[in-house]
Amino acid sequence: MTITTETGRYGRFGGRYVPEVLVPALTRLEETARLLLGDPGFLTDYEAELATWVGRPTALTRAARLGEAWGGDLWLKREDLAHTGAHKINNAIGQALLAREMGAQRVIAETGAGQHGVATAAACARLGLDCTVYMGSVDIERQAPNVERMHILGAKVEPVTSGDATLRAAINEALRDWVTRPETTYYLLGSAVGPHPYPWLVRELQSVIGREARQQMLDRSGRLPDAAVACVGGGSNAIGLFHPLLDDPIELIGVEAGGTSPELGRNAATIGRGSPGVLHGSFSFLLQDEHGQIQETHSVSAGLDYPGVGPEHAWLAETGRVSYESATDDEALTALYELGRHEGILPALESSHALVGARRWLAEHPGSSVLVGLSGRGDKDIDILRGLAR
Amino acid sequence: MSSRLAGADALESRLRAPGTAIVPYLTGGYPSLAVFGEALSALSGSEAVEIGIPFSDPMADGATIQESSRVALEAGASLDSILTTVQALGRVGTELIIMSYLNPLMAFGYADLLSRLAETGVSALVVPDLPLEESGELGAVSREHGIGLVQLVSPVTSQERLEVLGKASEGFTYAVTMTGTTGGTIGGGEEVTGYLDRVRAASRPPVLAGFGVRTVEQVRALGPHCDGVIVGSALVEVIAAGEDPVEFVAGLKP
Repeated sequence: MTITTETGRYGRFGGRYVPEVLVPALTRLEETARLLLGDPGFLTDYEAELATWVGRPTALTRAARLGEAWGGDLWLKREDLAHTGAHKINNAIGQALLAREMGAQRVIAETGAGQHGVATAAACARLGLDCTVYMGSVDIERQAPNVERMHILGAKVEPVTSGDATLRAAINEALRDWVTRPETTYYLLGSAVGPHPYPWLVRELQSVIGREARQQMLDRSGRLPDAAVACVGGGSNAIGLFHPLLDDPIELIGVEAGGTSPELGRNAATIGRGSPGVLHGSFSFLLQDEHGQIQETHSVSAGLDYPGVGPEHAWLAETGRVSYESATDDEALTALYELGRHEGILPALESSHALVGARRWLAEHPGSSVLVGLSGRGDKDIDILRGLAR
Repeated sequence: MSSRLAGADALESRLRAPGTAIVPYLTGGYPSLAVFGEALSALSGSEAVEIGIPFSDPMADGATIQESSRVALEAGASLDSILTTVQALGRVGTELIIMSYLNPLMAFGYADLLSRLAETGVSALVVPDLPLEESGELGAVSREHGIGLVQLVSPVTSQERLEVLGKASEGFTYAVTMTGTTGGTIGGGEEVTGYLDRVRAASRPPVLAGFGVRTVEQVRALGPHCDGVIVGSALVEVIAAGEDPVEFVAGLKP
């Protein structure tokens, strides 16, 4: 399950489709990352930050009441308890340490729901790095609390009004910034997407989720779960949970955003509804029209509202090791309230998609056990939930 | 190396002619297919014209070409309709270069695409998000049809890599004048001319400089260090303002 060629291929997916101007920066990043992720000194620093600043290991919670309601044994890997409220911080602090080692003068990032933006802002503040976050104007409006958080943490938030003004446009704008200053700027990409080495690097930094959860399941229940479920936008929390479980006899299920309908433009179910192509530097599944133009997506959850998906997920879908399904906006909202009322946990709208997958699994396999990657907390979604409740 | 690629070779000899070639860039289908067709026809006295295929996510482009791409797509432009418009003009007296991000080319299918480009009389293909390492498959199909796959180089490209790209490029070598998006501001003086000299020394085909070229003073300064310049964003602005593209391009001749 490692990189097989120098261009970072997962089967036929992945690669490095970028303007020539970024090739030296990506080569440098790949070389440095390979070196440092194998360096005991660097890893000691990284693990110390995870333990004393991020708050790892995060808890594994047995959701007894909701499990009973859904007919099985339900376990939650609590990334919502990580510092800044989501799994994004695992990657952000790891890459920020890399950026510091590489002598970057500034860090740029994109954000959809704002969780990666907040995590990057926090990591940069922690390490004394200058930070600029690109965020679509549509997302700025629907995730306002996270914009405030980034400001408080000292980051500059650049609104993006071009394109669809969501995550995809924010990535385009971050890439345009990077091609302008490739030698002094570190692009801290937040998901397991983009040109090589990002899908690999982000997976390595997020795999702590699956490694911890695997051990915690063994310690607590004496066995591995029958299934593990995670939501998939770009797919960083899902690959982080799945990767350490790939060789185990566990059913792995990724849940994409089904939006309001299966029609093109009304969902973000990239693997379920898309076709292969190149966007943002890698070959993967995309939501596109017959002319290869990328289509707008819809999801109630800003973090899943993206027309691409990480190349390793594309490969895991093609090989059949992981099955991918989708949950609609309404199904995710129902699951969010169910978790809140049964377990006293308010999950992010993104993570609520994973809960839908777990509920389905238990309905089809009563009495079995399922592990859910609860990728983040839902405080950021209060405004949306209040609006929908009206 | 000649007689290898009919299309690319014709473009190369055209660009090698004395003087600085001014290569206009037009966003295909902007502001409409009809107006684009008229502009292309009017500019056919140029050594070559570069036609940009609009893409929904143009990551190497600045505000002007992002906007022209958006307008063209909204007006219904596609790779297919743009090529149909070009074909309808019959034989234009200029070499044709197609610039496109990779995804619209993939969606068309390389084999169908290259036969169609050959039928349309296209000499070379520029794909800004396809570095050499990823270009094997498209390059092979292009060569079968005599069409050159152009390599881009930038001021941060190492000397070692410059030599490799300069040998691999076909039709011309695209020297991006700066780190940045199209339509940006070129740094002045020896930094740029010294870079162009290095590109020229390493390049087998002629060298065209592009990104941010908008004045005759710039063309005078860059001209002795390359075989020609590509004028994109500035020309798109002229078309957006409803002004005469031919007059603008003529004004850039040193």
